[in-house]
Amino acid sequence: MGGGLPRKEDPALVTGRANWTDNIQLPGMLHLALLRSPFAHAKVTHLDVSGALDRPGVVAAFTGEDLADEWPGGVPCAAVVTEEQNTPFQAPIVTDEARYMGDVVAVVLATDRYKAQDALESIEVDYEPLGVVVDMESALEEGSPLVHEELGTNECFTFTAGVGNVDELFDKTDDPDDQAAAARAPDVQGEGDTDAAFAKANVVIKERYIQQRLLPTAIEPRATVAFQDPGHNGYVVYSATQVPHLAKIVLSLATGIPENEIRVVAPDVGGGFGSKLNVYREEILALVLAKKLGTPVKFNEDRSENYQATIHGRGQIQDIELAATSEGRILGLRVKLLDDMGAYLQLLTPAISVSGAAMFPGVYTFDAFSIEIKGVFTNLTPTDAYRGAGRPEAAYAIERAVDSLARKLDMDPAEVRRKNFYEPFDEPTETPGGLQYDSMNMQAAMDRLVELADYEGLRREQQQRRENNDPVQLGLGFSTYTEICGLGPSQALAGLGLGGGGWEAANVRMLVTGKVEVATGTSPHGQGHETSWAQIAADALGVTPDDVVVIHGDTAAVPFGRDTYGSRSLAVGGIAVHLACEKVVDKAKKIAAHMLEAAEDDLEFEGGKFSVAGSPDQNVSIQDVAGGAYLGADIPEGMEPTLNENMTFDPPNFTFPFGAHLCVTEVDTETGKAWVRDYYAVDDCGPVINPIIVDGQLHGGLAQGIAQALYEGVIYSEEGNLMTGSMVDYMIPGAPELPNFTLDRTVTPSPSNPLGVKGVGEAGTIGSPPAVMNSIIDALSPLGVKHMDMPALPMRVWNAIQDAQGNAAASGEYDAALGSREADVKQEGRSEEK
Amino acid sequence: MIPVAFDYEVAESVDHAIELLGQHGEDAKLIAGGHSLIPIMRLRLAAPSVLIDLDRLDDLNYVRDEGDHLAIGAMTRHRDVHYNELVREHCGILGYTAGLLGDPSVQHRGTLGGTLAHGDPAGDMPSVISALEGTIVVKGPDGERTVGASDFFKDYLFTDLDEQEVVTEVRVPKLSSDTGWSYKKFSRRSQDWAIVGVAAVVEKSNGNIDSARIGLTSMGSTPIRATATEQALSGASPDQVAEAANSADEGTSPGTDDAASAEFRRHLARVWTRRAIEEALNR
Ligand SMILES: Cc1cc2nc3c(=O)[nH]c(=O)nc-3n(C[C@H](O)[C@H](O)[C@H](O)COP(=O)(O)OP(=O)(O)OC[C@H]3O[C@@H](n4cnc5c(N)ncnc54)[C@H](O)[C@@H]3O)c2cc1C
Repeated sequence: MGGGLPRKEDPALVTGRANWTDNIQLPGMLHLALLRSPFAHAKVTHLDVSGALDRPGVVAAFTGEDLADEWPGGVPCAAVVTEEQNTPFQAPIVTDEARYMGDVVAVVLATDRYKAQDALESIEVDYEPLGVVVDMESALEEGSPLVHEELGTNECFTFTAGVGNVDELFDKTDDPDDQAAAARAPDVQGEGDTDAAFAKANVVIKERYIQQRLLPTAIEPRATVAFQDPGHNGYVVYSATQVPHLAKIVLSLATGIPENEIRVVAPDVGGGFGSKLNVYREEILALVLAKKLGTPVKFNEDRSENYQATIHGRGQIQDIELAATSEGRILGLRVKLLDDMGAYLQLLTPAISVSGAAMFPGVYTFDAFSIEIKGVFTNLTPTDAYRGAGRPEAAYAIERAVDSLARKLDMDPAEVRRKNFYEPFDEPTETPGGLQYDSMNMQAAMDRLVELADYEGLRREQQQRRENNDPVQLGLGFSTYTEICGLGPSQALAGLGLGGGGWEAANVRMLVTGKVEVATGTSPHGQGHETSWAQIAADALGVTPDDVVVIHGDTAAVPFGRDTYGSRSLAVGGIAVHLACEKVVDKAKKIAAHMLEAAEDDLEFEGGKFSVAGSPDQNVSIQDVAGGAYLGADIPEGMEPTLNENMTFDPPNFTFPFGAHLCVTEVDTETGKAWVRDYYAVDDCGPVINPIIVDGQLHGGLAQGIAQALYEGVIYSEEGNLMTGSMVDYMIPGAPELPNFTLDRTVTPSPSNPLGVKGVGEAGTIGSPPAVMNSIIDALSPLGVKHMDMPALPMRVWNAIQDAQGNAAASGEYDAALGSREADVKQEGRSEEK
Repeated sequence: MIPVAFDYEVAESVDHAIELLGQHGEDAKLIAGGHSLIPIMRLRLAAPSVLIDLDRLDDLNYVRDEGDHLAIGAMTRHRDVHYNELVREHCGILGYTAGLLGDPSVQHRGTLGGTLAHGDPAGDMPSVISALEGTIVVKGPDGERTVGASDFFKDYLFTDLDEQEVVTEVRVPKLSSDTGWSYKKFSRRSQDWAIVGVAAVVEKSNGNIDSARIGLTSMGSTPIRATATEQALSGASPDQVAEAANSADEGTSPGTDDAASAEFRRHLARVWTRRAIEEALNR
C-alpha cells in the first residue's frame, strides 16, 4: 500500500475494450424508445399508440394504463427525512399528467434503436398545457400551480436542526416589528449590553447564494439490458449503475418480482458522479417489458435524454447569516435552504440537502447553529446526488460567508479562518452540526498551503496589478473545507432517514494455486477498486497485487453489499477487504502451525511466509498453506477446508477528510472573462493507498468544482424548457479551461477504521467552488464587487462590474437576457445547431 | 440525437453533384464534412431525404498560388488550410483561423466550402473571408460564376447559392508584408463558437494605418463589416485606434441569448476590435 501502482483497469478502458452495457447484444433483443413530454406540465388528453405498431420493425407499444399493474410500487424513493414528507407516486409511464419536460408518456419497442425512435412520431398524443412552476420561491406562494395537485402543496418537507440559541444572535431587538432590519444592519451592537450572546454579535453577515442546477454528464449515458434467465426462474438486469445491490432491492419493490429472482450486473460503467446512484423508471421498464414480452429489452439513452431525464444535481437557494465578534471570532450560524426536488422524488432526492445540513459549520468551532430546509417540488427534472451531494453546497455557503466576514472586518481571509479552526484533534470531537468529527489538523494543511503557493508573493503580485490598473486583475481565493465520508454507520444513517444499512461486505479467498480472489460489495465505475483492493489484499496476505483479482458488480457473484457512492468505498468496503484478509491470515496461521508442527503463537508472518520464531528455516508460504487448506487432507482436526473468509464491516463513525485550497484567478475586467491561472490544494484523506488514484480523484473533483464555479449551469425557460439541452449549450469545461493543479497532502489518520483512511472521491468538488468564487470577488473587490453567483461566465462578471461601477445601462441586462429567454428563433436555431 | 432516415448518394464529380441535386430536388442536401449538417439532423431540426456526399471530390482539395490571390478548393479541410505553406506565407489570417474552428476532429472533417455555404454568422470563416474581401466560385447547371463575400451572405443560414449550385473554390488576396492581421475570438470555452469575433486586415505605412477591413462574427444575421471603424481608421495613427474602435458595433444587430445579451456583444465588439487592430499593427 502507498505505492503508485498504475491502474489495472486502464488498459481496457483506453484501448476501447471495456465491456459497456450498450455492447451487449442478445438474440431477439428489442430496443426501447420513450415518448417524452415536450411540455413541463400538461394533461394528456388523448393518446393512441396504435400508429406506431404499423411502423417497420416495431413489435409493441404501450401506454401507462397498459402497464400500470406491472409496477405496484412505482419508482421508489428510499429517503424519508421527516414524518410529514410528501412522497408522490412516480409511475414509470404517466397515466394522467406529464410533470416535467422529459416525463414519459408512452413507449415503443422495435428491432433496432433507430426504428424505435422513428416510430415515436406515429404515436397520437394531445396535451393540454397546465400551469408551470420553475422557481422555488414562487412554488411556495399561495395560488401557485401545483406540481402534484393531490398533495395540495408544492412543499415536500420542512426539516430543522440546530444547537444553541441561534435566533437570539440574530433576531433580538427591542422593536418586535424590526427584526429583519436588526439582522441586516447591526454592525456594532451596543457594547456592554448585558444580553451576552447578542452583545457579542458585533458583526452579522447576511447573504444569499444560489446553487445552480448541474448536469452530471457521465461519459457513458444510462443503459440497461433486461432478460429472462432461461435456465432459472428469474431475470438478469445489466445496467450502467453505481448500485447493483440497491437496484436489486428497488426493482423488486417496484415490480413485485421477488428479490431472489432478480440478478443485477453492473459491467464496466463509464462514470456516474451520483447520477447512477439511482434506480430509474427506464430500468424498471426494461425489466417489466422483458417479463411481459419474454424477449430481452435494451434501453440506451442518447445525450439529449441524458440531460432531460437523468437526475440533475444541486438546485438550492441558500440564505445564510453569520454572527461574529469584531475580532473575527464566529459566534453562530443560521441557514435557511430551499431545495429543488424537481417533479418527483428519485431514490434519495430529499436526503441530499438534509445529509449536508450538519456540514454547514465546516471547519470552524462555535456554539450556536440552526438550519431549516424546505424541499420544494417544481416542474423540472428531478434532482438527486451529484458528486459531493449536499456537502459542496454546505462548504460553499460557509466558505463564501467567511470570506465576506474577512472583507467586512478588513482582515486577511487566511487569518479569519485560522481564528476559528478547531485545535488539532485525533479523537472524535463534537461539532455544532451535531456530528463527531473523527480527526483534524487544519493548521497543518493551511501552513503547508500558504508555503506551497507562496501566498505572500501572490499578494504582492496582486498589489502590483492593482497599482498598475492592469485590465487583467489577479484574485486569490481560499477554501478550507471538511466533508463527511465513509457512509456509514448504519445507526447514524437511519437517523438521517436513510435506513437500509451502511455496512460493506467482502469475501476473500486464496485458491488452491495460491492466487487470490477478492469479491467486494462496492461497485466501482471509475474509482479503481480493482487496483486499490488488490493492493490492500496483497499487503495483508503477503502476495503481489498481480496475484489478486477483484470481482465486483454482480449480485450473483459477490457478497451482498451497499455499492459505491459518497466516498464510502475505501473507508467501509476497503476495510471489509482488509479485515477479511486478516481472517484469512489468522486461519492460515493455524494451518501453518499444524503443517510445521509448531505452536501457533510461535509463528511469525512476514513476506507471505509463516516461520517459526528463532528458526527461520522452518517455514511455509501462505500459498502452500492455501493449497493444503484446499485439499483438506492435512489441516487441524475439525477445521473447515479452504481459505475463504467473509467480512461485513459496519463502521463506528463517519470519516471527515479535510483540506485547504487556494485558487489564483485572472479576470479580464474589460470583457468579464475569468480563468484559473493556478490552483493549489493540500488535502488530507488520511493514509494513501495509491497516490496515482488519489491524485486522479482530486484532479477530476477539482475540475468538476471549477466547472460549477466558472462554467456549468442548467438554464430553463419560464415554460420549463431545458435550454441547456446539449453539450453545445451546457458549458462543460475541457482541458484548455483548467490549470495545472499543484497538489500536496497532510496525513491525519481517522480513528474510524483500522487503516485510518478517510476517502477522497468528492473532496475536490467540495473544496473548489468557493475557492474559485472567493478569488473572483477578491480580484474585483477594488472595483466594488461584493457578490456574484455561479457560474461566473463572462457576461455575469462583466455585469457585476458594471453594477458595482453604477453603470445603469448594463445593470440588470443579464437577468433580463435570461428572464426573457424569448426564443428569438434565429438564436435558438443557432445554438441548437452548433 | 438520432436523425430521421435518409438516402445516400455519392457524387463522383462536381457535375454529377449538380445533376443529383437536380434529380432529387429540394429535399436533397449536399454533405461535405458534415460537421454543421449532421448535428442539426441529429436534433431533427433538418431532415433531408437524400444526402449527396462530396467527400470523394479530391479535385476540390487544393491550395493554388494564382499570382495576386490564392485559390482554395471548396473541399479543403480546415486542418489542411491551417497547415498549408502557401496560406501561412500569403494569408496568415486564414490559416490561423482555420486552427480555431472547434477541435482537431472538427478541423479534420470540416471544409472551407462547407463553412461558407452553411452561412452561419457565428462561424469564424465568413467574417474572415469578408474582411479579406474574398470571392466564392460556385457552379450550377448554367455553369460557373463568382460572388464577392459581401454579396454571398444573405441572411441567417442563407446564402446566394441556388438550389442546384455547388461551391467549388474560394479566392483570397495574397497579403503584402505591409499588411497586418488579427482574428480575435471571444468565447466561453476555448473550443466554443464565438460570442463575438473580430477579423482585422490592416494596411500599414510608416507606422500609421492606410486602411483597415474589419469583419465581425456573431453580430447580426450575416458576417458584418465594421464600416464606421474602417472609415475612422483610414489614414489614422495608432493612438486613434481606441476611439475608432468605439464605433465597431455601429450598424450591427446582435441577438440576445443565454451566452450574451445584445448589449454585451456590442461592448465586446468594441473592446475586441481595439485589441484586434492593435494586434494587427504589431504583426
Ligand atoms: C463540435 C463542433 C465545433 C465547431 N466549432 C466551430 C467553431 O468554433 N467555429 C466555426 O466556424 N465552426 C465550427 N464548427 C463547424 C465546422 O467548422 C463545420 O465543419 C463547418 O461549419 C461546415 O463545414 P462542413 O464541411 O462540415 O459542412 P457540412 O456540415 O457538410 O455542410 C454544411 C452546409 O453546407 C452545405 N455545403 C457543404 N459543402 C458545400 C459545397 N461545396 N457547396 C454547396 N453547399 C455545400 C451543406 O449542404 C450544408 O447545408 C464546429 C462544428 C462542430 C461539430
